[in-house]
Amino acid sequence: MSDLDLREPAALSNAWQNWYRFSRNPTAVIGALIVLVAVALAVLAPWIVPYPADAGAVVDFQHRHLPPSWEHWFGTDNTGRDNFTRSIYGLRVSLALAGVVLVIAVPVGTVLGILAGYFGGWTEIVIMRLTDIALAIPPLVVALAVAAVLEPTLLNSMLALASLWWTWHARLVYSVTRQIRAQEYIEAAETLGASKLHILFREILPNVISPVAVKTSLDAGFVILIGAALSYLGLGVRPPTPDLGTMVANGANFLPDYWWESMLPATVILVLALGFNLLGDGLRDLFDVEDVR
Amino acid sequence: MEFAAFLARRLAWSVLVLVGLSIVIFTIARVMPGDPARMALGPRASVEQVEQLKSELGLDRPFVEQYLSYVSGLVRGDLGKSLLTRRSVSDDMRASFPATLELVLVTILFAFAVGVPLGVIAANWKDRWPDNAVRGVAIFSAVMPAFFIALLLQVLAGYVLQILPTTGRLPRGIDFTASPTGMLLVDSLVRGRPDVFLEALRHLLLPALALSLATMGQVARITRASMIDVSRQDYIEAARAFGIPERLRLFKYQLRPAFVPPLTIAGLEFASLIGNAFVVELIFSFDGMAAYGVRAIQQKDLNAIMGVVMVSGVFFVLVNLAIDLAVGLVDPRVRIRGARA
Repeated sequence: MSDLDLREPAALSNAWQNWYRFSRNPTAVIGALIVLVAVALAVLAPWIVPYPADAGAVVDFQHRHLPPSWEHWFGTDNTGRDNFTRSIYGLRVSLALAGVVLVIAVPVGTVLGILAGYFGGWTEIVIMRLTDIALAIPPLVVALAVAAVLEPTLLNSMLALASLWWTWHARLVYSVTRQIRAQEYIEAAETLGASKLHILFREILPNVISPVAVKTSLDAGFVILIGAALSYLGLGVRPPTPDLGTMVANGANFLPDYWWESMLPATVILVLALGFNLLGDGLRDLFDVEDVR
Repeated sequence: MEFAAFLARRLAWSVLVLVGLSIVIFTIARVMPGDPARMALGPRASVEQVEQLKSELGLDRPFVEQYLSYVSGLVRGDLGKSLLTRRSVSDDMRASFPATLELVLVTILFAFAVGVPLGVIAANWKDRWPDNAVRGVAIFSAVMPAFFIALLLQVLAGYVLQILPTTGRLPRGIDFTASPTGMLLVDSLVRGRPDVFLEALRHLLLPALALSLATMGQVARITRASMIDVSRQDYIEAARAFGIPERLRLFKYQLRPAFVPPLTIAGLEFASLIGNAFVVELIFSFDGMAAYGVRAIQQKDLNAIMGVVMVSGVFFVLVNLAIDLAVGLVDPRVRIRGARA
């Protein structure tokens, strides 16, 4: 072998290869598109929605319960507000919920999972038994209980969900770390006297990132669904902040005559969750990791 | 002997999980800001009245003491008094839990009755159109909000087609109190009332369908993956080579070992089922534990909320214990390895 430094082109062609494989996977591309469009719509909401004022507490009785039309794509609600405007704004709440929960839960779960998997012994017992207890509690039930006992705000629901959600990542990372730990390169690093920090974060962490990425994408969809269920039960954001689950709950009072008021926001939730799921499935194929749910 | 050890280990473990669960729930409920006694009595009650209720409920004693008395109550099946209805939470639970249990059991039954065949079909026609269709259904079922499918079913079957009742457990005017089990389907049969059985079933169909969709998709997905795994084993190849009839090969030699993963998944699915039951019971005005829980939450009834979470947790742990034991009986490897991964 020559002394030529081949790292740069190799890395480039690797990224190119990954992109090629990703772009050849229709479900992944559709999922990524849905997620990107949703994020863009949420960020740009104030500038692109047709009736920005309707994001607040507007009462316009002349235009209440209007069916979907060119002026109001998703129709209007019982106080005459444009449902399309409010659905776009509702994306903000859903995405923020998923974002905050996962930003807390994923790093915590990953680090604890690596620690439990690498050190074993008491570290493992304490951490993994904690996850077992958390798994015995239905997440929606705990989120309900916490949101009920504290003030039912979005932030409290987020914290309640995050306090349970790390366990799923801890379990995943734990099992991956256990497999990695038995590999020869870890043994080599240990023999060479590498520090524990180096082994944990430079040798193991890069190898758990792909399964964690897959799971994070799938989870975003589930967190959004749970968040929507919470606000459907009246424990989400306070009105008049637009929120998809709350819109469905309000619209459900006017079923079946004014079906658009509940069914269209519900479809938005469905499509958003679908986007994250397809993206997760696509990443799973791309990274070739199995058994990640 | 070996199985007894497995059983003992698994039992001890379940007890430990429940102790942990009770600590977590108790801490959440007691560390919360706000005064439950004040909340129960309202702003107009005097300080003395609040203090009296506090000592009546033991809220003025040290935290650990409160916890121990709560646990000793739990062991005796006493979940404390509902702060608002002033009734015993255990009585409320006994009245409401069987309905939820009935709903969840029918849901699981339905999810397996449809999900397993779908998974088998998908695996047998892997990468052909039946497989793609089943995979599509599985993804769709995973991302469908529970309230969406519930509302859709309610509108379609209830209002548009008008073939099924959309609310409650029984029609108004039917004189039937659910006992001894509290599950209408069982009680009506035991007491020889086929008319009640039919009505209860008609009322149960829509909520159970709505609740089962997510689990059904999961079961189909796992069954498919597991069937494909097993189909790659040598003995399946041998069965084919020996000319064993396709149907026998598929159902006896392939499906049986492939059935373990969906079974274990069912245990974990109970957690999301109970969660979704809150939404579904509310939409169909189905008078179960989840509906009770929603009311408790709206009224900030602490003991009732703790009761609902605790009963959900105990139920979940027991179901998983039962499933682990069933799997242990079927698959000897699990017994040796210990608890499932």
